[in-house]
Amino acid sequence: MRYFELFSIPVNYDVDLQEIGVRYLELQRAAHPDRHSGGSEREKLLAVQKTAEINDALQTLKHPLKRAEYMLAELGVEIRGEQQTLQDPMFLMQQMELREELEDIRACGSASGDVDSAIARFERHIKELDGEYSNELQGLLASSDENDWQKAADNVRKLKFVYKLKDELERIEDELFDE
Amino acid sequence: MALLQIAEPGQSTAPHEHKLAVGIDLGTTNSLVATVQSGEAKTLTDEQGNAMLPSVVRYLEQDHVVGQEAAAHAADDPHNTLISVKRFLGKTQAEIEASYGQLPYEFSEDNGSLHIRTRQGDISPVQASGDILNALRERAEQSFGGDTITGAVITVPAYFDDAQRHSTKDAAQLAGIKVLRLLNEPTAAAVAYGLDSGQEGVIAVYDLGGGTFDISILRLNKGVFEVLATGGDSALGGDDFDALLVEYFKQQTGTHSLSANTLRLFINKAKACKEALTNYAKVNVGLEFDGQTHMVEVTRELFAELAMPLVKKTLRSCRRALKDAGINTDEVLEVVMVGGSTRMPIVREQVGEFFAKEPLTSIDPDRVVAIGAAIQADILVGNKPEADMLLLDVLPLSLGLETMGGLVEKIIPRNTTIPVARAQEFTTFKDGQTAMALHVLQGERELVDDCRSLAKFSLKGIPPMAAGAAHIRVTFNVDADGLLSVTAMEKSTGVQAEIQVKPSFGLSDDQVAEMLKSSMSNAKEDMQARMLKEQQVEALRVHEALEASLATDSHLLDEQELATLRDAMAQMQAMSASATDPQKIKDAIEKVDAASSEFAARRMDASIKKALTGQSVDEV
Repeated sequence: MRYFELFSIPVNYDVDLQEIGVRYLELQRAAHPDRHSGGSEREKLLAVQKTAEINDALQTLKHPLKRAEYMLAELGVEIRGEQQTLQDPMFLMQQMELREELEDIRACGSASGDVDSAIARFERHIKELDGEYSNELQGLLASSDENDWQKAADNVRKLKFVYKLKDELERIEDELFDE
Repeated sequence: MALLQIAEPGQSTAPHEHKLAVGIDLGTTNSLVATVQSGEAKTLTDEQGNAMLPSVVRYLEQDHVVGQEAAAHAADDPHNTLISVKRFLGKTQAEIEASYGQLPYEFSEDNGSLHIRTRQGDISPVQASGDILNALRERAEQSFGGDTITGAVITVPAYFDDAQRHSTKDAAQLAGIKVLRLLNEPTAAAVAYGLDSGQEGVIAVYDLGGGTFDISILRLNKGVFEVLATGGDSALGGDDFDALLVEYFKQQTGTHSLSANTLRLFINKAKACKEALTNYAKVNVGLEFDGQTHMVEVTRELFAELAMPLVKKTLRSCRRALKDAGINTDEVLEVVMVGGSTRMPIVREQVGEFFAKEPLTSIDPDRVVAIGAAIQADILVGNKPEADMLLLDVLPLSLGLETMGGLVEKIIPRNTTIPVARAQEFTTFKDGQTAMALHVLQGERELVDDCRSLAKFSLKGIPPMAAGAAHIRVTFNVDADGLLSVTAMEKSTGVQAEIQVKPSFGLSDDQVAEMLKSSMSNAKEDMQARMLKEQQVEALRVHEALEASLATDSHLLDEQELATLRDAMAQMQAMSASATDPQKIKDAIEKVDAASSEFAARRMDASIKKALTGQSVDEV
């Protein structure tokens, strides 16, 4: 898997973020356009492209969801940008409840004193869900069984919902606090 | 100080020719130019010893003057004396009127590009900025004994959008300056501060200038300046604090509409009053207009009260930037204050309270940005090959495309490290659709109307297919200057469209060339001769760069490859010496470029491999 190779780290869902950080700076020192400012146009262009790739690899490797999607894609299970719906009524029901909870937070707004505790409660909930679906990924992605990959893909789909809620919460927080 | 010239084996032993590079802080109120001489960065002064050049251009019948001489006529010749034009860069007339209210200028818009009416004709903010840059270039070249400068690092507010960055680069081109890099002002300040203090860890740079506000959160680590997040407001600065006082003066003197002269007088008095309040608790302002004299008293408390909403606005940006960086306030080691407006006591007090630490005000807030830019410029032209400084900056505002229903789909989120390339696939929504319109936007809001429109272009010639069958891949590329280019391609057919994103209301490349030409003929310089010279310099630069690369890495090429490259280089040199047509040299340079592409790729791979095996110089 190209990104792991680029950073010279083992192909593994569980990564050492600190190691990635160190490797990133080493790579940047070698490839960054500022290091090639005296070079030919070709070399400068190459430096921009290489650095963009390094930056993209970093974003992918660093982010649990993007990392999982990337690994799945490399295994031949492409779920980025897919329109497929989840066939899990329980999960979807839970999602709807969480969405309603979010709407309540938005509606009660900064006027209410307990918006902070509502946000904290919501964050805890999201964290639990995140843990539930992420914890299995290491094992599933290390497996050579294609069924495990499909199971991992399902977990990732669920995680996408969870991350969307996270983003939504952040947006609401921005709105509340920017008033 | 270099005591001894030591050369590594295989490297050229010729001493490095010192190239003249400068850092330019093109400010809203004042501009500066700095350079590194004998290892020390310093700002360059005019004949009177002033480092700061007021960013003011006054247009006379034929000529123009820049700086103090122009500023002196701000009140008696307001229409022809352009002040704070940086605030107008990359903006439309409607935006300016909405942001700044009454201004003593007559704006006009022609083909979407903004002009200000003066006695010398319509002047664009890009032109006026170019005139300021030109004055700084002349100052630098004079101090170098008439030698021309190789290039400049020009600073821009971190929160400048793509249109504003492009305008700045255009202005530099008009002034005949080669831009080595557009550098974000807070990053430049961090470089100057970091190298000087040797501090490592997370710092915040709070930069409140004359017309713009930036907050950047950076991690300093062994020569690497990594911007974690940036935020701000490109239309909030000292001028807006002055405007609050102008309103107060109007209220106290019972005046409603002001003539251009009186408005400029009020603005000047407001500015002086604000500055005086830094040292005095109370200031009495005398306002003489329409044959009457009014006295208005302003206390520091009153000013603080007026200013508080603006200061709070900056703190909201600080909070968001910290959040984006994933940093808590207690992890911030130092808050570096930059920009003349951070002298206001209310600003220092509130920022100190927000970060729960005394902000650092011991560095000169006016000069630190130009100094940082000069340090980077010195490295970029190759004067300091052993320097291991590296600046990693971010995109300040998200980039996206318009989708159905007037919504914006983000392609690259804000605070992504640049350079960056991102692609996204779109499809057709009608059967037989053969063209697709693309609308590129910048901003954080969800609706198209709330974001900055950067460009519109279309991909034509898509073969008719069923709705949803075409795969259009749109790629956004942001380079190290933070400038965007976009390509779109239909995957099955390879139909392609490409634009260098130029703001719809900015200048086209043709316009820049045209303006350059007309300014040349005014100066009685020969355009052709200048272009020829430029290409000769470029050919020499390419040759030297390749010679240096070959000296260390020629083993990466086989004999045949080496011979082909050598041949192209020799032809380029011959052409450079003999040709009178600049295009011919340009073509020869491009041939060398093509011939060296494989070599460049192998060198890049080799250097990355070397970086990862940890063969750093200090370990060997």
